[in-house]
Amino acid sequence: MTIFEQWWQPIEQMISNKQPLTFFQTIYKELYMNAISDGRWKLYLDGLWVTLKVSFWAIVFGTLLGMILAVLRLPDVTEYRYRGSNPLKKAATALLRFFSWFAKFYIDVIRGTPLLLQVLIINFGIFGTIRIDKVIIGVIACALNSAAYVAEIIRGGIMSVDHGQMEAGRSMGFSYIQTMRHIILPQAMKSALPSLCNEFIALIKETSILSYIALTELTKAGDYIRSRTYSAFTPYIISGLLYLGMTLILTRLIGKMERRLRASDH
Amino acid sequence: MTTENKTGEVIISVRGLTKHFKGGDVQALCGVDTDVHRGEVLVVIGPSGSGKSTFLRCLNLLEMPTDGTITFEGVDITDPKVNINIHRQKMGMVFQHFNLFPHMTVLKNMTIAPVTLLKKSKEEAEKKAMGLLERVNLADRANAYPNQLSGGQKQRIAIVRALCMEPQVMLFDEPTSALDPEMVGEVLDVMKELARSGMTMVCVTHEMGFAREVGDRVLFFDEGKIVEEGTPREIFSDPKEQRTKDFLNKVL
Repeated sequence: MTIFEQWWQPIEQMISNKQPLTFFQTIYKELYMNAISDGRWKLYLDGLWVTLKVSFWAIVFGTLLGMILAVLRLPDVTEYRYRGSNPLKKAATALLRFFSWFAKFYIDVIRGTPLLLQVLIINFGIFGTIRIDKVIIGVIACALNSAAYVAEIIRGGIMSVDHGQMEAGRSMGFSYIQTMRHIILPQAMKSALPSLCNEFIALIKETSILSYIALTELTKAGDYIRSRTYSAFTPYIISGLLYLGMTLILTRLIGKMERRLRASDH
Repeated sequence: MTTENKTGEVIISVRGLTKHFKGGDVQALCGVDTDVHRGEVLVVIGPSGSGKSTFLRCLNLLEMPTDGTITFEGVDITDPKVNINIHRQKMGMVFQHFNLFPHMTVLKNMTIAPVTLLKKSKEEAEKKAMGLLERVNLADRANAYPNQLSGGQKQRIAIVRALCMEPQVMLFDEPTSALDPEMVGEVLDVMKELARSGMTMVCVTHEMGFAREVGDRVLFFDEGKIVEEGTPREIFSDPKEQRTKDFLNKVL
């Protein structure tokens, strides 16, 4: 018998005798029922792990896709005209223009429709007949959604980098893509970091929408426990505290990164 | 000195260079013809808006000419089939606003291009960079970030950063215009030393003293054309054109 059960037994006695509980006894009762008995704490941890997995991969893929979308939306691309007569390069330019148009279209559509709707469409529409891990569906839905926001954040970051930086890079012989990679993007990411942090926090919280497609992440775990214990507050508050823990840790990590990147400022 | 350089082989040949800017009625350049010879210091002067900066920026295609050809080491680089990145590696450029990369140390600023583009080893590139930094007395700032440097130091770094690529020609776009007056001298000294070492240079500048001292040939630009060209002595002491005289009266 664990110490938690030893503490629980007198309270259980009082409840069955219909004796009133003190404030602290009530709190312990809530905690015991919603987090300790039947190993329910494992459900939160499982949910936390799923939320972490989905958030992490959605942030990674969302940021990568967002970077590509951001570059496609730059004036350098939208205003590019190929002057030569090489048919291959002409076709490539036309393709680039199409992608650029598509990036704008994509960002407009994703930002203009609810995430829940996108999740439902991906789950029931696109993967409706395919058996696939819900975690993967969650990552895909959240990454595709986040990419649209990240793209606009990074585009702003890129546009804030002095145009002379691109000229200096190109004048040394770097190609456009090399200059972007080595010179522009590192600076753009630095100025975009605070807004990106915001977006990542929003993304972590929004993964709770995935409970709608029966992915047992943190919100769903809390909800499941509520359905067993009929406590309306405690399971949700425990889930909420775990979300808060994740976002606070992320905020600290990005704060640290910002300070490191500022090393070149003084 | 001048005649000697005139006989040097032509390194950049400009023919009929024309530049319209989008939406603008004015032509920035209307049919410029000139040759840059190896080892020559060509100084470009003229009032603001005369097209001298546009001319310089066309030489490495930072501005795309509307018409005309630029032949660099025998290759017409205005041909769209040419990979301009290869040729730009051999043309160093120094900007009015330095354009150092603020997120990299001085040493990284200088080595990133040789390491990435010329596939030099990091050690080799750093050795070369340190040698150049010593030449401009900035070896002790190798690990500083650009924001920790004064304007004059930044511009000297920008010059040696371009030299790290071992360019055939150096293009200077008003390199002292953004500097505090007391820092102009240190940058000009580096440029003078570079000129004496035999580097081919094209300098757009307002420093008439520099033009007179180290220039082999001076181009006077106005309204997108070369109005007058000649040795510094011819241009400064005995200008033929009225517009040159007016300009020199204002600046000297």
